[in-house]
Amino acid sequence: MSGTPFAPHTPAETRAMLDEVGAESEADLFDIPDGVGFDGVFDIAPRTEREIRHEVAEMLSRNDDLVEFMGRGHYDHYVPSPVDHLADRSEFLTSYTQYQPEITQGFLQVLFEYQSMLVELTGLGVANCSMYDSATALAEAARLADRVRSASGSTVLVPDSLRDGKRAVLDNYVTGSDLTVAEYPTSEGTADVDALADLADAETVLVYAENPTVRGCIEERLTDIGALADENEALFCLGTDLLALSLLQEPASVGADVVVGSAGALGMPTSYGMGLGIFATREDYLRQVPGRLVGASEDGRGNRAYTLTLQTREQHIRKERATSNICTNQAWVALRTAMHVAHLGPDGMVDLAEDCVRYARDLAHRIDEVGGLQAPVDDRHHFREFVVSTDQPAPAVAGDLAEEGYAVHVVGEHEIQLCVTETNVGAVDGLVAALAEVGP
Amino acid sequence: MTDYDQARWQTGDGRYEPLLSEKDTTRVEIGGAGDGGDESGDDDSPLPDELTRDSLELPALSEPELARHYTRLSQMNYGVESGPYPLGSCTMKYNPSFTEDVAADPNGAVHPDRDDATVEGSLELQYRLQDYLGRIGGMDAVTLQPPAGAAGELTGILIAKAYHEAHGNDRSEVIIPASAHGTNFASAAMAGYDVVELPSGDDGRVDLDALDAAVGEDTAALMLTNPNTVGLFERDIETIAEMVHDAGGLLYYDGANLNALLGRARPGDMGFDIMHYNVHKTFATPHGGGGPGAGPVGVVAELADYLPRPHVRESDAGYELYDPESSIGKLHGFHGNWLVLVKAYAYIARLGDAGLRDASAKAVLNANYLGSQLDYDIPYGPFHHEFAASTGEQDAADVAKRMLDYGVHPPTTKWPEMVPEAMLTEPTEVESRETLDDLARAFNAAAGEDDATLADAPHATTARRIDQVSAARTPRLSWRALDDE
Repeated sequence: MSGTPFAPHTPAETRAMLDEVGAESEADLFDIPDGVGFDGVFDIAPRTEREIRHEVAEMLSRNDDLVEFMGRGHYDHYVPSPVDHLADRSEFLTSYTQYQPEITQGFLQVLFEYQSMLVELTGLGVANCSMYDSATALAEAARLADRVRSASGSTVLVPDSLRDGKRAVLDNYVTGSDLTVAEYPTSEGTADVDALADLADAETVLVYAENPTVRGCIEERLTDIGALADENEALFCLGTDLLALSLLQEPASVGADVVVGSAGALGMPTSYGMGLGIFATREDYLRQVPGRLVGASEDGRGNRAYTLTLQTREQHIRKERATSNICTNQAWVALRTAMHVAHLGPDGMVDLAEDCVRYARDLAHRIDEVGGLQAPVDDRHHFREFVVSTDQPAPAVAGDLAEEGYAVHVVGEHEIQLCVTETNVGAVDGLVAALAEVGP
Repeated sequence: MTDYDQARWQTGDGRYEPLLSEKDTTRVEIGGAGDGGDESGDDDSPLPDELTRDSLELPALSEPELARHYTRLSQMNYGVESGPYPLGSCTMKYNPSFTEDVAADPNGAVHPDRDDATVEGSLELQYRLQDYLGRIGGMDAVTLQPPAGAAGELTGILIAKAYHEAHGNDRSEVIIPASAHGTNFASAAMAGYDVVELPSGDDGRVDLDALDAAVGEDTAALMLTNPNTVGLFERDIETIAEMVHDAGGLLYYDGANLNALLGRARPGDMGFDIMHYNVHKTFATPHGGGGPGAGPVGVVAELADYLPRPHVRESDAGYELYDPESSIGKLHGFHGNWLVLVKAYAYIARLGDAGLRDASAKAVLNANYLGSQLDYDIPYGPFHHEFAASTGEQDAADVAKRMLDYGVHPPTTKWPEMVPEAMLTEPTEVESRETLDDLARAFNAAAGEDDATLADAPHATTARRIDQVSAARTPRLSWRALDDE
């Protein structure tokens, strides 16, 4: 039998169309030599919609139903209903890159607004309209530093606490350049600025720091790190997320030249790590920015209109001399993120961000009162998350917590990490009780 | 033809739908820590002033205002459910809506750092999709990690590089046909290779003499799209594979045009060692205005140890993540674009063997039928799922703008460069004969118009012709840049 339920051809139409093109059969249309033709089967049985929904639901129901207190670069925030409903409008969901701007003004304006929000949040002059995730955005920042600082040096300095996922992507993205990646020490969850000062030199092209850091600490010496980068004529790249940006020090005010990080912290469900990368930088580097940019212009009526612009940086124009190979990326996720930011508004953003400080502080305080547990391990202000030390081996504690219905990170032999936001704060009592049971 | 008029929301003062920032903004002052920091100021902030920004200014709108804003913007945007979208090489199919519901399953919304043993279902779905893609492409092992086709290319080339380094091969070049996607060139360059561009032969296919001259002991890989970017099957693929392999190089398959071959030929059988799948093209997952996509990479058994980490395998206990022995590392911070992969799984399951095969059959039939109805020169053939028509004396970009007035999205224009004033057209299998006839009328009507009409088009869209030159000359990339004027 035929075939795909999404092709509308009746047998009679197929016959008529074949006659029109002068072919006996569909097979005759394929110009494939005998030696490489395929006449086997994939052994993939077709299923109905209903069967597939049941099949996948049944499969995913085998995931343990745990309350997650997990973060370390990927966060769960409540996504307001209008985001789902408005983003799923088919004109957004089923459109392509805006190669014909006159007929795609809606999406172009959304992306222009997304870029604008990042400019407001970072204080930097330029933001592109999305990257894959925070790891690839950091990697692109290193490559940008290599281009704008090509006259001297090749070292990218990153904290020794950098997530493996980010470090491994960075290592791959610098494979084809003369860049090398080196680590600087961290202390109590933030940069060891004195050690960094000893390491940064004329060879340094990029200094990367995070705020909050991977251990949830608010970095207190961003201005010093920025100054260090500046003294060595390196770029200062700050890793962060949209919600943290709404409360913590403005990147432009601490000397950041590039801001990368996770924009998907807002707008997306947890999604097994699917993300959206931020990329913002100073206007000086505009023509070295990777990825797509939307700009304002005018149309034939004299009205303001939007279009993809500065495409001479991109792979379809400059090929191997492009700033990056990135083309299609995460536009629809950027749409969701912009909608979430717009839904929160400035008051909602700041309130939620302040809650993320209070939730972490309160939970750490409660855990610290349990004998045999210490929290937070790092003597810093925290945002969303913090590290807990336990007398027990951390993997065993995490395993026992999973039995009780909670998922946490293991970050050391006797250290676990917890992340708390508005989505799991209601489960804090249960977590503390479970920890008191299994942690000490 | 449709009498088309796209929605246009207009304020009457030189703007279409205003920006969020023009509707309403609020500046929030931040600071004055009370509970833990300084004693100054209000007692709302939980942090000392030196750790916070001074203020934040963003749009502040009610939910009903936002709902109207985004609804109006959606009405000023064209998607596959608005009409045909025959963008050559982009494969814009109808996206069945049930895949959205499948992907939205809350049990799949797990944190990427969850312990393997607690996410058995997510691992099984990945394993099954790896397996499906392997069968469809004739590949022995597949990674789902790359978050886009171009990311898949970089992954594949890094695998080739790791393979050569492990075998002590010092190879510096990647060969790419001139007509290949620009991402091929950029990906090879990112991996540190010199790109050797291969001219097309007179018949639009790889010129074997040119390949013979290019291939040698410096060749790390040849990147090839098959059918190529004008829809032609590279009939000499067995010879090409032999030439590249004899020189010690690897053969890379760009999956952009895989929709033309489902169930008819497999890259693995043709001699390709590495390939990427554009699941958002071939397996109908929504492109969302330019992503997210996903670019899984398949390899032959000899290269399986180089795949990105982690990888999913079946074990006695169930499914587990592991790090392949000689893994190249990672191409995404976590596991790739999960939601896109779930949609691809659901789509493949919906079609099954017969559906996948029929998708290619109807895609090829539709392209051939549409081509037969056009008053354009189509320089190369016989073609499969897409063809490059030439507008000849007329500017292809202008003809495309005029097509917008007829309510259809035009094809990819002015590419590939081997066809003068190219209209690279790919209708896909989902268009009916009636729609193809409409498309043909739009093509033919636009091609027949005078220069003045073409230069002034489009008229029926939200915006009239947009000044691209001033957009690039005076970049205005945020609402702040507009305020400064």
